[in-house]
Amino acid sequence: MNPYLPYEAEVVERVQESKSIVTLHLRLTDAAARSTYHFAPGQFNMVYLHGAGEVPISIVSDPHDETILGHTIRIVGRVTGGLAKLQPGDRVGLRGPYGRGWPLQEALGHDVLVVTGGLGCAPVVAVINYVILRRTFFGKLTIIQGVKHSDDLIWRERYTYWRSLPNTQVLIAADHGGPLWPWHVGLVTEVFDDARIVPERTFVMMCGPEGMMHAGVKNLTGRGVAEDHIYLSMERNMQCAVGHCGHCQYGPDFVCRQGPVFAYPKLKALFGVKGF
Amino acid sequence: MNDPEGKPLEEAPLFLPASRLQHLLDALVRAGFRCIGPRLRDGAIVYGVLDRATELPAGVTDIQAPGSYRVGRTEGPRMFAWANGPQALKPLLFSPHEDLWHAERRLDGGLEFIPDLPNADPLAVIGVRACDLAALALHDQHFLHGAYADPYYARRRSELFLVAVNCSHPAATCFCASTGDGPCATCGFDIALDELDDGFVATCGSERAHALLAGLDLAPATPEQVSEARRQSEQAAQAQTRHLPSRNLREALFANLENPRWAEVAERCLSCGNCTSVCPTCFCHREQEQPSLDGSSSAHTREWNSCFARDHSYIHGLTFRPDTRTRYRQWLTHKLGGWHDQFGRSGCVGCGRCITWCPVGIDITEEAMAICGSRT
Ligand code: SF4
Ligand code: SF4
Ligand code: FES
Repeated sequence: MNPYLPYEAEVVERVQESKSIVTLHLRLTDAAARSTYHFAPGQFNMVYLHGAGEVPISIVSDPHDETILGHTIRIVGRVTGGLAKLQPGDRVGLRGPYGRGWPLQEALGHDVLVVTGGLGCAPVVAVINYVILRRTFFGKLTIIQGVKHSDDLIWRERYTYWRSLPNTQVLIAADHGGPLWPWHVGLVTEVFDDARIVPERTFVMMCGPEGMMHAGVKNLTGRGVAEDHIYLSMERNMQCAVGHCGHCQYGPDFVCRQGPVFAYPKLKALFGVKGF
Repeated sequence: MNDPEGKPLEEAPLFLPASRLQHLLDALVRAGFRCIGPRLRDGAIVYGVLDRATELPAGVTDIQAPGSYRVGRTEGPRMFAWANGPQALKPLLFSPHEDLWHAERRLDGGLEFIPDLPNADPLAVIGVRACDLAALALHDQHFLHGAYADPYYARRRSELFLVAVNCSHPAATCFCASTGDGPCATCGFDIALDELDDGFVATCGSERAHALLAGLDLAPATPEQVSEARRQSEQAAQAQTRHLPSRNLREALFANLENPRWAEVAERCLSCGNCTSVCPTCFCHREQEQPSLDGSSSAHTREWNSCFARDHSYIHGLTFRPDTRTRYRQWLTHKLGGWHDQFGRSGCVGCGRCITWCPVGIDITEEAMAICGSRT
């Protein structure tokens, strides 16, 4: 077994989510590789663009179908820019899945509070989809999304749809709202009151800019949510994804191995300290 | 070799006369190994092909100090009267630059991924130091015994025969006695030698070494030779003046993240990454892509990287460690703290190379002491 060697995968579908965000649905071409592939929401794959390199991309599709793997890609550089241009039928490399996902087993029967900031935060989309497909196994689902500017909000129809589901609440805040912005204007933590969180029943799953997560954790623990019920998905430079290259280290942890999803107590000592 | 209960019996050390060292090299060659050993080249002792024992740096010693390395002459016939050169075993196993695989585009647009595993020939290394064996054990843990084994490292590692030489002449920068990793090799070798004026006390550390040594038909070392070797090792330990405790400094370091010393050392540090290159335990590497000119094939490579490099902590538009202060802090808090969580021990084996090869002579023992204060 060579852990660095990708498998070939084919683009089966491409969805343009916004100007800078594309979802690629990928299928491993090798039947044997496909049949042994299993993942959990929150885990990621290394996706390879020929001649350009590999990037870590969170899996957004649901584990009930492990043959078509959804990857929502934000264009941030050369590799992601190239991947976003691919069309159905094009081939890429894929290896994974890597890391630890969300604590969905532990969260069964609980309220799930998803807090996310920034653009198209893929790791939590996996959680939302997972809960929605198994709606009766979970309590209340609250989705809180913060964006800088109201124009940054993608997937507006999705939020409308999610909102229409039973026992599901959607709260959105933009630092700067535009005309006709129906949601809150201000910090994302300002809508926490409206979520009417029942601390002992709630699992929190967060991803986004660390400043936002930091403020979120502070606010939630202040409301009595236990620290070990708060999970965060972290982002660092990842090149090998198998704990060898050293780039993703966060204090004593390798984000690619012990993360990307961490229970807050694991991160607490260094969280918010610049330089880690 | 086994007693009736299956426990290996302590084997009596043998004596290898200096004049017969060549026989050991010949036996290794007969057993299929290519031999490399310390050679004097461009004013430094580095590993090179070793055909003749006479190519060893006899009468040479090294003089090391913070930011300084030079070789000098010494009295006597000894070939290992020096401590260590800039290389450990690291570059032999974890290549500074290598191809991992390449991707080829088929005519139908498909991609094929072809591993570029190294051809590793059996290699015998003569003159391995105790600190380097300790570092090797750490890299074994990192590259082989985690959740994913690295087949590139594994290939080279499986073909290695290690002849350690216990240190009799530690450099001023060495502090392995305090980290518990030297100056005497205690495990991980095939053969360990103690150099005396007229030859070597040879301790066997593996079955294959046993067979090899048996073929040399050596006499057992005398009790005097054995005790002289022991005395020499003790002296080598006592001669060391630098110290770094091997226990976990994590708490002390992390309680001191805002210590002004970090900014002070950052004033001196050039962020050049020499320390991480020469450090036998540093393992960071970047992966890169080298497409062929016609674009049909692309090589996926890796090369050593350093937490002192800007790209080490970079992700889309953000550098988590933008300055030398945070990079030096990352290096030290990882080496002396995080390693305990990751590998169950400190990442420093006391070889002193980062002190010697630092262009401005920053001393890890001094910095750790200054930052952790009395807590060290
Ligand atoms: S930190 Fe310095 S002294 Fe310690 S093992 Fe690395 S190079 Fe040697
Ligand atoms: S650190 Fe110890 S084992 Fe390594 S060269 Fe110095 S004295 Fe020898
Ligand atoms: S990505 Fe290489 S160690 Fe985590």
